[in-house]
Amino acid sequence: MSMTMTQKILAAHCGKDELRPGDMILADTDLVLGNDITAPVAINEFMKAGCDCVFDCGKIALVMDHFTPNKDIKAAEQTKHVREFAHEKSIENFFDVGEMGVEHALLPEKGMVTAGDLVIGADSHTCTYGALGAFSTGVGSTDMAAAMAYGKVWLRVPAAISVVLTGRLRKYVSGKDIILHLIHKIGVDGALYESLEFSGEGAHSLSMDDRLCICNMAIEAGAKNGIFPVDEKTYLFLKEHGAREPKVYAADPDAAYERTIHIDLSQLTPVVAFPHLPENGKTFDEIGEVPIHQVVVGSCTNGRLSDLREAAEILKGRMVCKGVRALIIPATQRIWLDAMKEGLLEIFINAGCAVSTPTCGPCLGGHMGILARGERCVATTNRNFVGRMGDPKSEVYLASPAVAAASAVTGKLSSPEELQ
Amino acid sequence: MLLHGNALCYGDNVDTDVIIPARYLNTSDPKELAVHCMEDIDPDFLKKTKPGDVIVAGCNFGCGSSREHAPLAIKTAGISCVIAKSFARIFYRNAINIGLPIIICDGDFKSGDTLEIDLEQGRILNRTTGEEHSFPPFPAFLQKIIESGGLMNAMAGGEIA
Repeated sequence: MSMTMTQKILAAHCGKDELRPGDMILADTDLVLGNDITAPVAINEFMKAGCDCVFDCGKIALVMDHFTPNKDIKAAEQTKHVREFAHEKSIENFFDVGEMGVEHALLPEKGMVTAGDLVIGADSHTCTYGALGAFSTGVGSTDMAAAMAYGKVWLRVPAAISVVLTGRLRKYVSGKDIILHLIHKIGVDGALYESLEFSGEGAHSLSMDDRLCICNMAIEAGAKNGIFPVDEKTYLFLKEHGAREPKVYAADPDAAYERTIHIDLSQLTPVVAFPHLPENGKTFDEIGEVPIHQVVVGSCTNGRLSDLREAAEILKGRMVCKGVRALIIPATQRIWLDAMKEGLLEIFINAGCAVSTPTCGPCLGGHMGILARGERCVATTNRNFVGRMGDPKSEVYLASPAVAAASAVTGKLSSPEELQ
Repeated sequence: MLLHGNALCYGDNVDTDVIIPARYLNTSDPKELAVHCMEDIDPDFLKKTKPGDVIVAGCNFGCGSSREHAPLAIKTAGISCVIAKSFARIFYRNAINIGLPIIICDGDFKSGDTLEIDLEQGRILNRTTGEEHSFPPFPAFLQKIIESGGLMNAMAGGEIA
Protein backbone atom coordinates (compact mmCIF):
# COMPACT_ATOMS: atom_id res chain seq x y z
CA MET A 1 0.00 0.00 0.00
CA SER A 2 1.34 3.45 -0.81
CA MET A 3 1.96 5.88 2.01
CA THR A 4 2.74 9.54 2.56
CA MET A 5 6.08 10.62 4.00
CA THR A 6 4.46 11.12 7.41
CA GLN A 7 2.78 7.70 7.37
CA LYS A 8 6.11 6.04 6.55
CA ILE A 9 7.87 7.67 9.49
CA LEU A 10 5.03 6.68 11.81
CA ALA A 11 5.05 3.08 10.51
CA ALA A 12 8.79 2.84 11.17
CA HIS A 13 8.20 3.97 14.75
CA CYS A 14 5.55 1.40 15.61
CA GLY A 15 6.98 -1.64 13.86
CA LYS A 16 4.33 -1.78 11.12
CA ASP A 17 4.82 -2.22 7.40
CA GLU A 18 1.86 -0.12 6.52
CA LEU A 19 -0.57 2.27 8.10
CA ARG A 20 -3.83 3.80 6.99
CA PRO A 21 -5.29 7.18 7.93
CA GLY A 22 -7.33 6.77 11.08
CA ASP A 23 -5.26 3.88 12.50
CA MET A 24 -4.46 4.34 16.18
CA ILE A 25 -0.85 3.58 17.10
CA LEU A 26 1.47 3.66 20.08
CA ALA A 27 4.75 4.94 18.62
CA ASP A 28 8.33 5.20 19.88
CA THR A 29 9.66 8.71 20.39
CA ASP A 30 13.17 9.88 19.49
CA LEU A 31 12.87 13.12 21.42
CA VAL A 32 10.43 14.46 24.03
CA LEU A 33 10.31 18.21 24.59
CA GLY A 34 8.84 20.45 27.25
CA ASN A 35 9.21 24.06 28.38
CA ASP A 36 8.88 26.03 31.60
CA ILE A 37 5.07 26.24 31.24
CA THR A 38 4.18 22.75 30.08
CA ALA A 39 6.90 20.68 31.80
CA PRO A 40 5.76 21.53 35.36
CA VAL A 41 2.33 20.01 34.60
CA ALA A 42 4.03 16.99 33.00
CA ILE A 43 6.33 16.53 35.98
CA ASN A 44 3.32 16.65 38.33
CA GLU A 45 1.63 13.90 36.29
CA PHE A 46 4.85 11.86 36.13
CA MET A 47 5.23 12.03 39.93
CA LYS A 48 1.52 11.49 40.64
CA ALA A 49 1.63 8.28 38.58
CA GLY A 50 4.50 7.06 40.77
CA CYS A 51 7.00 6.99 37.91
CA ASP A 52 10.59 6.92 39.02
CA CYS A 53 12.93 6.79 36.03
CA VAL A 54 12.70 8.49 32.67
CA PHE A 55 12.88 6.22 29.62
CA ASP A 56 16.11 7.79 28.33
CA CYS A 57 17.79 10.79 29.92
CA GLY A 58 19.39 11.65 26.57
CA LYS A 59 16.09 11.83 24.69
CA ILE A 60 14.32 14.47 26.74
CA ALA A 61 14.79 18.20 26.22
CA LEU A 62 13.65 20.76 28.77
CA VAL A 63 13.94 24.34 27.56
CA MET A 64 13.26 27.25 29.91
CA ASP A 65 12.12 29.80 27.34
CA HIS A 66 8.59 31.06 27.89
CA PHE A 67 8.61 33.17 31.06
CA THR A 68 12.39 33.42 31.29
CA PRO A 69 14.48 35.14 32.51
CA ASN A 70 11.92 34.52 35.26
CA LYS A 71 9.23 37.17 34.96
CA ASP A 72 7.87 36.87 38.50
CA ILE A 73 8.05 34.75 41.64
CA LYS A 74 5.60 32.12 40.41
CA ALA A 75 7.50 31.73 37.13
CA ALA A 76 10.70 31.39 39.14
CA GLU A 77 9.08 28.60 41.16
CA GLN A 78 8.08 26.81 37.96
CA THR A 79 11.56 26.88 36.43
CA LYS A 80 13.00 25.81 39.79
CA HIS A 81 10.63 22.84 39.80
CA VAL A 82 11.82 21.80 36.32
CA ARG A 83 15.49 22.48 37.13
CA GLU A 84 15.30 20.21 40.18
CA PHE A 85 13.55 17.47 38.21
CA ALA A 86 16.17 17.70 35.45
CA HIS A 87 18.94 17.39 38.01
CA GLU A 88 17.29 14.53 39.88
CA LYS A 89 16.60 12.53 36.71
CA SER A 90 19.97 13.40 35.09
CA ILE A 91 18.26 14.92 32.04
CA GLU A 92 21.12 15.70 29.69
CA ASN A 93 19.39 18.35 27.63
CA PHE A 94 18.21 20.90 30.17
CA PHE A 95 18.61 24.43 28.82
CA ASP A 96 18.51 27.25 31.34
CA VAL A 97 19.03 31.01 30.96
CA GLY A 98 22.43 31.66 29.43
CA GLU A 99 22.35 28.64 27.13
CA MET A 100 18.70 28.35 26.26
CA GLY A 101 16.92 29.77 23.25
CA VAL A 102 13.39 29.66 21.96
CA GLU A 103 12.93 25.88 21.86
CA HIS A 104 12.10 25.35 18.19
CA ALA A 105 15.03 27.48 17.09
CA LEU A 106 17.31 25.87 19.66
CA LEU A 107 16.79 22.15 19.00
CA PRO A 108 17.61 22.22 15.26
CA GLU A 109 20.58 24.50 16.00
CA LYS A 110 21.91 22.00 18.56
CA GLY A 111 21.52 19.16 16.05
CA MET A 112 19.03 17.40 18.32
CA VAL A 113 16.59 16.49 15.55
CA THR A 114 17.41 14.59 12.38
CA ALA A 115 15.46 13.45 9.33
CA GLY A 116 13.23 10.45 10.02
CA ASP A 117 12.88 11.20 13.74
CA LEU A 118 9.60 11.09 15.62
CA VAL A 119 9.53 14.08 17.96
CA ILE A 120 6.79 15.13 20.32
CA GLY A 121 6.75 18.27 22.38
CA ALA A 122 4.43 19.79 24.92
CA ASP A 123 4.31 22.90 22.80
CA SER A 124 2.06 23.33 19.81
CA HIS A 125 4.86 24.65 17.58
CA THR A 126 6.81 21.41 17.87
CA CYS A 127 5.66 20.82 14.29
CA THR A 128 8.62 23.04 13.26
CA TYR A 129 11.00 20.08 12.77
CA GLY A 130 9.08 18.79 9.78
CA ALA A 131 11.37 21.16 7.91
CA LEU A 132 14.18 18.69 8.66
CA GLY A 133 12.25 15.72 7.29
CA ALA A 134 11.15 14.54 10.74
CA PHE A 135 7.66 13.79 12.01
CA SER A 136 7.13 16.21 14.85
CA THR A 137 3.97 17.34 16.55
CA GLY A 138 2.69 19.22 19.55
CA VAL A 139 1.00 17.31 22.36
CA GLY A 140 -0.07 18.05 25.93
CA SER A 141 1.66 17.75 29.27
CA THR A 142 0.20 14.34 30.16
CA ASP A 143 1.41 13.04 26.79
CA MET A 144 4.82 14.42 27.71
CA ALA A 145 4.68 12.72 31.12
CA ALA A 146 3.80 9.37 29.54
CA ALA A 147 6.53 9.79 26.91
CA MET A 148 9.12 10.69 29.56
CA ALA A 149 8.20 7.52 31.44
CA TYR A 150 7.65 5.05 28.59
CA GLY A 151 9.18 6.68 25.49
CA LYS A 152 5.87 6.29 23.69
CA VAL A 153 3.02 8.40 22.38
CA TRP A 154 -0.42 7.51 21.05
CA LEU A 155 -1.24 8.92 17.65
CA ARG A 156 -4.02 8.75 15.14
CA VAL A 157 -2.44 8.26 11.72
CA PRO A 158 -3.22 11.38 9.70
CA ALA A 159 -4.42 11.73 6.14
CA ALA A 160 -2.53 14.40 4.23
CA ILE A 161 -2.87 17.47 2.08
CA SER A 162 -0.28 17.88 -0.64
CA VAL A 163 1.03 21.43 -1.02
CA VAL A 164 2.93 21.76 -4.27
CA LEU A 165 5.15 24.83 -4.50
CA THR A 166 6.34 26.13 -7.85
CA GLY A 167 8.33 29.20 -8.89
CA ARG A 168 10.62 31.31 -6.73
CA LEU A 169 9.98 33.97 -4.14
CA ARG A 170 10.44 37.64 -5.03
CA LYS A 171 12.50 40.00 -2.88
CA TYR A 172 10.88 40.87 0.45
CA VAL A 173 8.65 37.78 0.25
CA SER A 174 9.54 34.93 2.60
CA GLY A 175 8.42 31.66 4.17
CA LYS A 176 6.15 33.65 6.51
CA ASP A 177 4.20 35.00 3.55
CA ILE A 178 3.84 31.49 2.10
CA ILE A 179 2.40 30.03 5.29
CA LEU A 180 0.12 33.04 5.96
CA HIS A 181 -1.10 32.75 2.37
CA LEU A 182 -1.77 29.02 2.80
CA ILE A 183 -3.61 29.49 6.12
CA HIS A 184 -5.69 32.25 4.54
CA LYS A 185 -6.54 29.88 1.71
CA ILE A 186 -7.57 26.85 3.81
CA GLY A 187 -8.54 28.43 7.16
CA VAL A 188 -7.42 27.83 10.74
CA ASP A 189 -8.97 24.36 10.68
CA GLY A 190 -8.33 23.66 7.00
CA ALA A 191 -5.85 20.89 7.77
CA LEU A 192 -7.41 19.64 11.02
CA TYR A 193 -5.87 16.28 12.06
CA GLU A 194 -4.00 16.14 8.73
CA SER A 195 -0.41 16.41 7.53
CA LEU A 196 0.66 19.25 5.29
CA GLU A 197 3.22 17.66 2.95
CA PHE A 198 5.16 20.21 0.92
CA SER A 199 6.81 19.36 -2.39
CA GLY A 200 7.72 20.76 -5.78
CA GLU A 201 10.70 22.68 -7.16
CA GLY A 202 9.53 25.71 -5.18
CA ALA A 203 9.92 23.73 -1.95
CA HIS A 204 13.51 22.86 -2.83
CA SER A 205 14.26 26.49 -3.65
CA LEU A 206 13.43 27.57 -0.10
CA SER A 207 16.08 28.12 2.57
CA MET A 208 16.02 25.93 5.67
CA ASP A 209 14.94 28.96 7.73
CA ASP A 210 11.95 29.47 5.43
CA ARG A 211 11.03 25.78 5.72
CA LEU A 212 11.31 25.93 9.52
CA CYS A 213 9.04 29.00 9.55
CA ILE A 214 6.46 27.31 7.30
CA CYS A 215 6.33 24.04 9.28
CA ASN A 216 6.26 26.04 12.52
CA MET A 217 2.86 27.47 11.59
CA ALA A 218 1.31 24.24 10.23
CA ILE A 219 -0.55 24.06 13.55
CA GLU A 220 -2.23 27.40 12.75
CA ALA A 221 -4.09 25.55 9.98
CA GLY A 222 -4.99 22.85 12.52
CA ALA A 223 -2.47 20.40 11.02
CA LYS A 224 -0.91 17.57 12.96
CA ASN A 225 2.39 18.21 11.21
CA GLY A 226 4.01 19.95 8.28
CA ILE A 227 6.83 18.22 6.46
CA PHE A 228 9.36 18.90 3.68
CA PRO A 229 11.16 16.30 1.57
CA VAL A 230 14.82 15.80 2.43
CA ASP A 231 17.22 17.33 -0.11
CA GLU A 232 20.79 18.60 -0.34
CA LYS A 233 19.93 21.65 1.77
CA THR A 234 18.55 19.41 4.51
CA TYR A 235 21.67 17.20 4.50
CA LEU A 236 23.91 20.24 4.68
CA PHE A 237 21.92 21.77 7.54
CA LEU A 238 21.93 18.52 9.53
CA LYS A 239 25.66 18.07 8.97
CA GLU A 240 26.52 21.65 9.89
CA HIS A 241 24.60 21.30 13.13
CA GLY A 242 26.01 17.92 14.08
CA ALA A 243 22.72 16.04 13.89
CA ARG A 244 22.59 12.24 13.98
CA GLU A 245 22.68 10.29 10.69
CA PRO A 246 19.44 11.08 8.82
CA LYS A 247 16.92 8.38 7.89
CA VAL A 248 15.27 9.49 4.72
CA TYR A 249 11.64 8.70 3.98
CA ALA A 250 9.89 9.87 0.85
CA ALA A 251 6.22 9.77 -0.02
CA ASP A 252 5.28 7.08 -2.53
CA PRO A 253 4.60 8.55 -5.98
CA ASP A 254 1.03 7.27 -5.78
CA ALA A 255 0.44 8.20 -2.14
CA ALA A 256 -3.13 9.26 -1.48
CA TYR A 257 -3.80 12.86 -0.54
CA GLU A 258 -7.11 14.32 0.57
CA ARG A 259 -6.46 17.20 -1.79
CA THR A 260 -3.67 19.07 -3.54
CA ILE A 261 -3.00 22.77 -3.23
CA HIS A 262 -0.78 24.55 -5.74
CA ILE A 263 1.06 27.74 -4.83
CA ASP A 264 3.14 29.68 -7.36
CA LEU A 265 5.73 31.39 -5.18
CA SER A 266 6.53 33.99 -7.84
CA GLN A 267 2.99 35.35 -7.55
CA LEU A 268 3.11 35.94 -3.78
CA THR A 269 3.42 39.37 -2.19
CA PRO A 270 3.79 40.17 1.54
CA VAL A 271 0.83 39.01 3.64
CA VAL A 272 -0.36 40.41 6.98
CA ALA A 273 -2.77 38.39 9.14
CA PHE A 274 -5.20 40.78 10.80
CA PRO A 275 -6.70 40.23 14.25
CA HIS A 276 -7.85 37.87 15.62
CA LEU A 277 -7.07 34.77 13.55
CA PRO A 278 -4.01 33.72 11.54
CA GLU A 279 -6.37 33.05 8.60
CA ASN A 280 -7.20 36.76 8.25
CA GLY A 281 -4.42 37.36 5.75
CA LYS A 282 -4.47 40.48 3.58
CA THR A 283 -2.08 41.72 0.91
CA PHE A 284 -1.07 45.39 0.83
CA ASP A 285 -3.52 46.27 -1.92
CA GLU A 286 -6.24 45.41 0.62
CA ILE A 287 -4.67 47.25 3.55
CA GLY A 288 -5.46 50.87 4.37
CA GLU A 289 -3.83 53.07 7.00
CA VAL A 290 -3.24 51.06 10.19
CA PRO A 291 -1.18 53.00 12.78
CA ILE A 292 0.85 50.82 15.15
CA HIS A 293 2.44 51.13 18.59
CA GLN A 294 4.84 48.19 18.76
CA VAL A 295 6.86 45.87 16.55
CA VAL A 296 8.24 42.49 17.62
CA VAL A 297 10.81 40.62 15.55
CA GLY A 298 11.51 37.25 17.14
CA SER A 299 9.89 33.95 18.25
CA CYS A 300 10.15 30.32 17.14
CA THR A 301 8.57 31.41 13.87
CA ASN A 302 10.88 34.26 12.84
CA GLY A 303 13.69 34.81 15.33
CA ARG A 304 16.44 33.16 13.27
CA LEU A 305 19.53 34.81 11.82
CA SER A 306 18.07 35.21 8.33
CA ASP A 307 15.04 36.93 9.88
CA LEU A 308 17.26 39.39 11.72
CA ARG A 309 19.21 40.04 8.51
CA GLU A 310 15.96 40.74 6.67
CA ALA A 311 14.88 43.25 9.33
CA ALA A 312 18.34 44.83 9.56
CA GLU A 313 18.53 45.38 5.82
CA ILE A 314 15.47 47.59 6.11
CA LEU A 315 16.37 49.30 9.38
CA LYS A 316 19.95 50.12 8.35
CA GLY A 317 20.41 53.88 8.32
CA ARG A 318 16.77 54.46 9.24
CA MET A 319 15.06 55.26 12.53
CA VAL A 320 12.11 53.61 14.22
CA CYS A 321 9.13 56.00 14.02
CA LYS A 322 8.59 58.12 17.14
CA GLY A 323 5.83 56.52 19.19
CA VAL A 324 6.67 52.95 18.12
CA ARG A 325 8.52 50.52 20.39
CA ALA A 326 10.53 48.06 18.32
CA LEU A 327 11.69 44.87 20.05
CA ILE A 328 14.23 42.55 18.47
CA ILE A 329 14.53 39.12 20.11
CA PRO A 330 17.19 36.84 18.64
CA ALA A 331 15.83 33.32 19.23
CA THR A 332 18.99 31.72 20.64
CA GLN A 333 22.31 32.70 22.22
CA ARG A 334 24.11 31.57 19.08
CA ILE A 335 21.88 33.71 16.86
CA TRP A 336 22.45 36.65 19.23
CA LEU A 337 26.21 36.21 18.98
CA ASP A 338 26.16 35.81 15.19
CA ALA A 339 23.93 38.89 14.87
CA MET A 340 26.37 40.82 17.03
CA LYS A 341 29.38 39.72 14.99
CA GLU A 342 27.62 40.63 11.74
CA GLY A 343 26.84 44.09 13.09
CA LEU A 344 23.08 43.52 13.00
CA LEU A 345 22.58 44.41 16.66
CA GLU A 346 24.37 47.71 16.12
CA ILE A 347 22.03 48.49 13.22
CA PHE A 348 19.02 47.73 15.43
CA ILE A 349 20.26 49.79 18.35
CA ASN A 350 21.21 52.74 16.14
CA ALA A 351 17.71 52.60 14.65
CA GLY A 352 16.18 52.87 18.12
CA CYS A 353 15.22 49.21 18.68
CA ALA A 354 15.51 47.36 21.98
CA VAL A 355 17.43 44.08 21.67
CA SER A 356 16.39 41.39 24.13
CA THR A 357 17.92 38.19 25.40
CA PRO A 358 16.23 35.09 23.89
CA THR A 359 12.70 34.48 25.22
CA CYS A 360 9.22 33.62 23.94
CA GLY A 361 8.17 36.61 26.09
CA PRO A 362 5.70 38.83 24.24
CA CYS A 363 4.63 36.24 21.63
CA LEU A 364 2.27 34.61 24.13
CA GLY A 365 1.67 37.71 26.24
CA GLY A 366 4.09 36.49 28.90
CA HIS A 367 6.40 39.45 29.45
CA MET A 368 8.92 41.72 27.70
CA GLY A 369 6.51 43.71 25.56
CA ILE A 370 2.90 43.39 26.74
CA LEU A 371 0.29 45.53 24.99
CA ALA A 372 -2.12 47.95 26.66
CA ARG A 373 -5.80 48.28 25.76
CA GLY A 374 -6.21 49.62 22.24
CA GLU A 375 -2.57 49.11 21.21
CA ARG A 376 -1.56 47.46 17.95
CA CYS A 377 1.55 45.40 17.31
CA VAL A 378 3.06 44.09 14.09
CA ALA A 379 4.76 40.85 15.11
CA THR A 380 6.72 38.15 13.33
CA THR A 381 5.17 35.69 15.80
CA ASN A 382 2.54 33.04 15.09
CA ARG A 383 -0.78 33.89 16.76
CA ASN A 384 -3.01 36.94 16.88
CA PHE A 385 -5.84 35.63 19.05
CA VAL A 386 -7.78 37.92 21.40
CA GLY A 387 -5.46 38.97 24.23
CA ARG A 388 -2.52 37.01 22.82
CA MET A 389 0.05 39.75 23.53
CA GLY A 390 -1.68 41.50 26.39
CA ASP A 391 -4.96 43.29 26.96
CA PRO A 392 -7.97 41.56 25.34
CA LYS A 393 -8.61 44.86 23.52
CA SER A 394 -5.12 44.98 22.00
CA GLU A 395 -4.38 43.76 18.48
CA VAL A 396 -1.62 41.67 16.88
CA TYR A 397 -0.87 41.74 13.15
CA LEU A 398 1.24 38.79 11.98
CA ALA A 399 3.83 39.49 9.31
CA SER A 400 7.31 38.74 8.02
CA PRO A 401 10.44 40.40 9.49
CA ALA A 402 10.64 42.65 6.41
CA VAL A 403 7.09 43.93 6.88
CA ALA A 404 7.61 44.31 10.64
CA ALA A 405 10.79 46.35 10.09
CA ALA A 406 9.20 48.55 7.42
CA SER A 407 6.23 49.16 9.71
CA ALA A 408 8.56 50.12 12.55
CA VAL A 409 10.03 52.84 10.34
CA THR A 410 6.74 54.28 9.09
CA GLY A 411 4.67 53.78 12.25
CA LYS A 412 1.92 52.05 10.30
CA LEU A 413 1.45 48.72 8.55
CA SER A 414 3.82 49.00 5.60
CA SER A 415 5.23 46.93 2.81
CA PRO A 416 9.03 47.04 2.50
CA GLU A 417 8.55 48.25 -1.07
CA GLU A 418 7.04 51.50 0.27
CA LEU A 419 10.46 52.43 1.63
CA GLN A 420 12.22 52.12 -1.72
CA MET B 1 -22.38 7.90 32.86
CA LEU B 2 -25.20 10.44 32.84
CA LEU B 3 -24.40 14.16 32.87
CA HIS B 4 -26.87 16.95 33.57
CA GLY B 5 -26.30 20.65 33.08
CA ASN B 6 -27.18 23.81 31.25
CA ALA B 7 -25.58 24.79 27.96
CA LEU B 8 -23.17 27.71 27.74
CA CYS B 9 -22.81 28.50 24.05
CA TYR B 10 -19.83 29.98 22.15
CA GLY B 11 -18.85 30.30 18.49
CA ASP B 12 -16.15 28.84 16.25
CA ASN B 13 -12.39 28.80 16.95
CA VAL B 14 -12.51 29.26 20.71
CA ASP B 15 -8.74 29.27 21.30
CA THR B 16 -6.74 28.21 24.33
CA ASP B 17 -5.58 31.80 24.87
CA VAL B 18 -9.14 32.85 25.71
CA ILE B 19 -9.85 29.62 27.63
CA ILE B 20 -6.89 30.36 29.91
CA PRO B 21 -4.78 33.43 29.04
CA ALA B 22 -1.00 32.91 29.17
CA ARG B 23 -0.67 35.60 31.85
CA TYR B 24 -2.02 33.01 34.31
CA LEU B 25 0.24 30.14 33.21
CA ASN B 26 2.82 30.89 35.89
CA THR B 27 1.01 28.26 37.94
CA SER B 28 -0.04 24.69 37.29
CA ASP B 29 -2.51 24.59 40.20
CA PRO B 30 -5.88 23.61 38.63
CA LYS B 31 -7.84 25.61 41.23
CA GLU B 32 -5.93 28.81 40.45
CA LEU B 33 -6.35 28.22 36.72
CA ALA B 34 -10.10 27.60 37.07
CA VAL B 35 -10.57 31.09 38.58
CA HIS B 36 -9.61 32.58 35.19
CA CYS B 37 -11.35 30.05 32.95
CA MET B 38 -12.79 31.63 29.76
CA GLU B 39 -12.01 35.07 31.18
CA ASP B 40 -11.07 36.75 27.89
CA ILE B 41 -14.07 35.48 25.94
CA ASP B 42 -16.69 35.68 28.69
CA PRO B 43 -15.76 37.66 31.82
CA ASP B 44 -18.97 36.44 33.57
CA PHE B 45 -18.27 32.76 32.84
CA LEU B 46 -17.68 31.70 36.46
CA LYS B 47 -20.60 33.73 37.77
CA LYS B 48 -23.06 31.99 35.51
CA THR B 49 -21.58 28.49 35.65
CA LYS B 50 -23.06 25.85 37.92
CA PRO B 51 -21.37 22.50 38.55
CA GLY B 52 -22.27 20.10 35.74
CA ASP B 53 -22.86 22.77 33.09
CA VAL B 54 -21.83 22.06 29.53
CA ILE B 55 -19.77 24.22 27.17
CA VAL B 56 -21.22 24.07 23.64
CA ALA B 57 -19.16 25.50 20.79
CA GLY B 58 -18.75 25.57 17.03
CA CYS B 59 -15.81 24.35 14.97
CA ASN B 60 -12.17 23.97 16.06
CA PHE B 61 -12.71 24.33 19.81
CA GLY B 62 -9.43 24.64 21.73
CA CYS B 63 -7.27 25.72 18.81
CA GLY B 64 -3.87 27.24 19.42
CA SER B 65 -1.49 26.40 22.22
CA SER B 66 -0.85 22.90 23.58
CA ARG B 67 -1.46 24.10 27.12
CA GLU B 68 -3.16 21.35 29.08
CA HIS B 69 -4.04 24.11 31.51
CA ALA B 70 -7.03 24.77 29.20
CA PRO B 71 -8.96 21.50 29.69
CA LEU B 72 -7.73 21.43 33.30
CA ALA B 73 -9.24 24.88 33.96
CA ILE B 74 -12.52 23.87 32.29
CA LYS B 75 -12.74 20.61 34.23
CA THR B 76 -11.87 22.22 37.55
CA ALA B 77 -14.37 25.04 36.96
CA GLY B 78 -17.06 22.35 37.22
CA ILE B 79 -17.87 21.90 33.54
CA SER B 80 -19.01 18.31 33.03
CA CYS B 81 -18.50 18.09 29.28
CA VAL B 82 -17.64 20.08 26.15
CA ILE B 83 -19.74 19.64 23.02
CA ALA B 84 -18.38 21.09 19.77
CA LYS B 85 -18.80 20.69 16.03
CA SER B 86 -15.06 19.89 15.92
CA PHE B 87 -12.04 20.08 18.23
CA ALA B 88 -8.49 21.22 17.60
CA ARG B 89 -6.32 18.13 17.79
CA ILE B 90 -4.15 18.92 20.83
CA PHE B 91 -7.14 19.99 22.91
CA TYR B 92 -8.89 16.77 21.87
CA ARG B 93 -6.04 14.54 23.06
CA ASN B 94 -5.48 16.59 26.21
CA ALA B 95 -9.14 16.23 27.19
CA ILE B 96 -8.99 12.45 26.70
CA ASN B 97 -5.69 12.18 28.56
CA ILE B 98 -6.98 14.03 31.63
CA GLY B 99 -10.54 12.64 31.59
CA LEU B 100 -12.62 15.65 30.50
CA PRO B 101 -15.55 14.29 28.48
CA ILE B 102 -15.80 15.83 25.00
CA ILE B 103 -18.40 15.20 22.34
CA ILE B 104 -18.40 15.96 18.62
CA CYS B 105 -21.95 16.88 17.65
CA ASP B 106 -23.29 19.44 15.21
CA GLY B 107 -26.70 19.85 16.84
CA ASP B 108 -28.01 23.33 17.57
CA PHE B 109 -28.21 24.41 21.20
CA LYS B 110 -28.93 27.69 22.94
CA SER B 111 -27.35 29.03 26.10
CA GLY B 112 -29.51 27.99 29.04
CA ASP B 113 -30.86 24.81 27.38
CA THR B 114 -30.97 22.00 29.93
CA LEU B 115 -29.07 18.99 28.63
CA GLU B 116 -28.98 15.38 29.71
CA ILE B 117 -26.05 13.46 28.25
CA ASP B 118 -25.57 9.71 28.22
CA LEU B 119 -21.91 9.09 27.40
CA GLU B 120 -22.26 5.30 27.02
CA GLN B 121 -25.33 5.45 24.79
CA GLY B 122 -24.00 8.41 22.79
CA ARG B 123 -27.15 10.45 23.32
CA ILE B 124 -27.85 14.09 24.18
CA LEU B 125 -31.39 14.97 25.26
CA ASN B 126 -32.21 18.68 25.16
CA ARG B 127 -34.84 18.88 27.92
CA THR B 128 -35.69 22.46 26.98
CA THR B 129 -36.60 21.72 23.35
CA GLY B 130 -37.22 17.99 23.55
CA GLU B 131 -34.72 17.37 20.75
CA GLU B 132 -32.44 14.38 20.87
CA HIS B 133 -29.00 14.13 19.28
CA SER B 134 -26.73 11.15 18.93
CA PHE B 135 -22.95 11.06 18.70
CA PRO B 136 -20.56 8.26 17.73
CA PRO B 137 -18.54 6.47 20.42
CA PHE B 138 -14.79 7.04 20.68
CA PRO B 139 -12.53 4.60 18.84
CA ALA B 140 -11.88 1.54 21.05
CA PHE B 141 -8.27 2.62 21.55
CA LEU B 142 -9.31 5.93 23.08
CA GLN B 143 -12.16 4.30 24.98
CA LYS B 144 -9.52 2.29 26.86
CA ILE B 145 -7.73 5.48 27.92
CA ILE B 146 -11.02 6.98 29.08
CA GLU B 147 -12.04 3.84 30.95
CA SER B 148 -8.64 3.64 32.65
CA GLY B 149 -9.19 7.13 34.05
CA GLY B 150 -6.64 8.84 31.83
CA LEU B 151 -3.44 8.21 29.92
CA MET B 152 -1.04 7.62 32.81
CA ASN B 153 -3.26 4.87 34.23
CA ALA B 154 -3.72 3.31 30.80
CA MET B 155 0.04 3.25 30.20
CA ALA B 156 0.81 1.87 33.66
CA GLY B 157 -1.79 -0.86 33.22
CA GLY B 158 -0.61 -1.75 29.72
CA GLU B 159 -4.14 -1.05 28.48
CA ILE B 160 -3.03 0.38 25.15
CA ALA B 161 -0.47 -1.07 22.79
